[in-house]
Amino acid sequence: MEQVIANGLYLGAQYALIALGLTLIFALMNVLNFAHGQMYVLGGFITYTVYGQLGLPFVVALLASGLTLAVIGALMEKFLFRTVIRRSHREESTMLLAAATAFFFDAVILLLFGEKQRGVPKIVKGVFNDAGIIMPYDRIVVGALAIVFIAAFVLYMQYSRVGRAMRALAQDRVAAQLMGVRVDRYSMIGFAMGAMLAGVVGGLLVTITGVNSGIGGPISIKAFLMVMIGGAGVVGGAIAGGFILGMMESVGLTVLREYGDVTYLVIFAALMVFLSVRPNGLMGKPWG
Amino acid sequence: MINRRSTLKSMALGAVSALAIAAVGISHAQAENKELKIGFVGVTSGPAAAWGTSNVRSMQTRAAWLNETGGVKIGNDTYNINIVTFDDQKDPKRAIAGMEKMAQEGIHYVVGPNVDDGAAAVRPVAEANGIIYFPYAFPKALYQKPASNAVLGMIANYQSGPAIYKYLKENKGVKKIAFVAANESDPLSQRDSGVEAAKALGLEVVAQNDTYQNDTRDFTPVLTPIVALKPDLLVLSGVAPANAPLLIRAARELGYEGLISTETAQDAKVLEEGAGEYANGFISVGGASTPEIASDEMKEFVARYTKMFGEYNDESNTKVYALEYILDTLKANPAAINDVAEFKKTMDSFSAPNPFLKGDAKLSYVGATSFGQKRQLSVPMVVNEYKDGAFQTLFVGSVD
Repeated sequence: MEQVIANGLYLGAQYALIALGLTLIFALMNVLNFAHGQMYVLGGFITYTVYGQLGLPFVVALLASGLTLAVIGALMEKFLFRTVIRRSHREESTMLLAAATAFFFDAVILLLFGEKQRGVPKIVKGVFNDAGIIMPYDRIVVGALAIVFIAAFVLYMQYSRVGRAMRALAQDRVAAQLMGVRVDRYSMIGFAMGAMLAGVVGGLLVTITGVNSGIGGPISIKAFLMVMIGGAGVVGGAIAGGFILGMMESVGLTVLREYGDVTYLVIFAALMVFLSVRPNGLMGKPWG
Repeated sequence: MINRRSTLKSMALGAVSALAIAAVGISHAQAENKELKIGFVGVTSGPAAAWGTSNVRSMQTRAAWLNETGGVKIGNDTYNINIVTFDDQKDPKRAIAGMEKMAQEGIHYVVGPNVDDGAAAVRPVAEANGIIYFPYAFPKALYQKPASNAVLGMIANYQSGPAIYKYLKENKGVKKIAFVAANESDPLSQRDSGVEAAKALGLEVVAQNDTYQNDTRDFTPVLTPIVALKPDLLVLSGVAPANAPLLIRAARELGYEGLISTETAQDAKVLEEGAGEYANGFISVGGASTPEIASDEMKEFVARYTKMFGEYNDESNTKVYALEYILDTLKANPAAINDVAEFKKTMDSFSAPNPFLKGDAKLSYVGATSFGQKRQLSVPMVVNEYKDGAFQTLFVGSVD
């Protein structure tokens, strides 16, 4: 049982970090970024190239992933989403745009990095094996880093000037604008941060799970699942959603293994019931 | 009077004339060859892209090679090979659309699809439009009468599985076996036939219901309860190349010390990057490129593939064969070029040298035992063991 809990906590930390960027972009702009998973994949491939192929230090690779994705996110916001939000009166337009960018990224990533699964050397070797728990050290490091990143993100949002401005935007866009918050600027920073988080977590996890060009879609779906559980647009919700999903997966795969692949069936069924009772998730804001 | 300007002008005119003559010569030579279109319908995007991509790139490499060396002589005509491709995205609906496209283009020979449901879905279209297709899917119904247009492009798991388990039982003392499969039709059906084969051999099956979502990235929770059962052999039924290193790594990190095998083809580079030394000893089914058995032509194929696409894929060791079979069968009976009934007639007695293997190996159609008719390519059943970045041949079997 200790192993199951440890697996769940590790998965939870990993999932929470994946969901953070998605929920940040939603909070600021009401945009469901379907390309979030593809951004994760791109971050993974950048780390693969810089660390795995060029042999530069892992930290450099992680920085390269984060910065590249931040620039891509900022450009996407400035030239795509800002334009569509300004010109379109329908919220579906941003969803369609996000879906289109997801397909675009899928195709570009496949062209640039090929069809093969890629992996990099482990950042830390060895396995912790004590007290009924087996956990490779690299997972412990990645799990700890995920928690550090989450804490840093929360603190940044809570206490920095940029974070306060973004929270104001998320709470009431018009009021924030009237109070002098530069909406365009902070939307762009927020989108860049969301994309950067996707890139960083992609780079971080490539050391554990590798990366391949086709996993962007499934990663996005899982991130949406976490955000729906925790509540769209709320940072605490994304974190809670990540840990809940991680724990459900770990427990389900152990307890229900004799019945075949019913774990996700149970998770989806539970989610449907849960959403019918709490449509905004655990702590989410109403859609729109 | 000859001056510098007129000399340069003469040289330029001469060069242009030479180029023009060369261009006319080349286009004339190309114009002499007819075009033979061979189709490909399979998955070249998404998580399973490696399966179809290795297929289509094998075909493109071989076609470019043949075209470069003058084309393929079939009957009295020489043909340049044109590979027409369609990405079905592992979606049966798109596979049908792809096969319809092939029919519209007048193509009679199609390689693919890569998975069970796609291969089953295209059957009516192929049969209605006179198309012979070469799936990499294992359901027997595709190859048994009344079906007659599908030809299995590789060794099925129900053919290789029993051979592998028997070898491991006799040579490595395997007694307890566990299966894990993705929750999709191909891996599940492969798992079921693997369980059946293991039981028939008298092995104790300690896990047979464990499954995972194909998009799983972290397999530790999936494998934790299986590793606790301490099987001697862990079979990754129908595992996708992207998932194999992750499963191997998770099992080893959890302390699993037994053997791990699969009946699908894998790529050594992917295993090396994803699992490193944990992948040592991993057993899979390959084709023809291990040094022990590869011919010089196979080595040249690998070199050309690598030059064309930047990196070779070991799955192509199996997938190099389909186009070769199509062309050699057409050479044996040129009337089959537009008539698949002639192709079927030729299949029963067809035999040609296998260019990819050392020695006297032959290309022929097999499957009489498994399907009651010859609807399978005789691809060498090479069982490989991964070791430090490369595959080593464990044993070579065959199918009748």
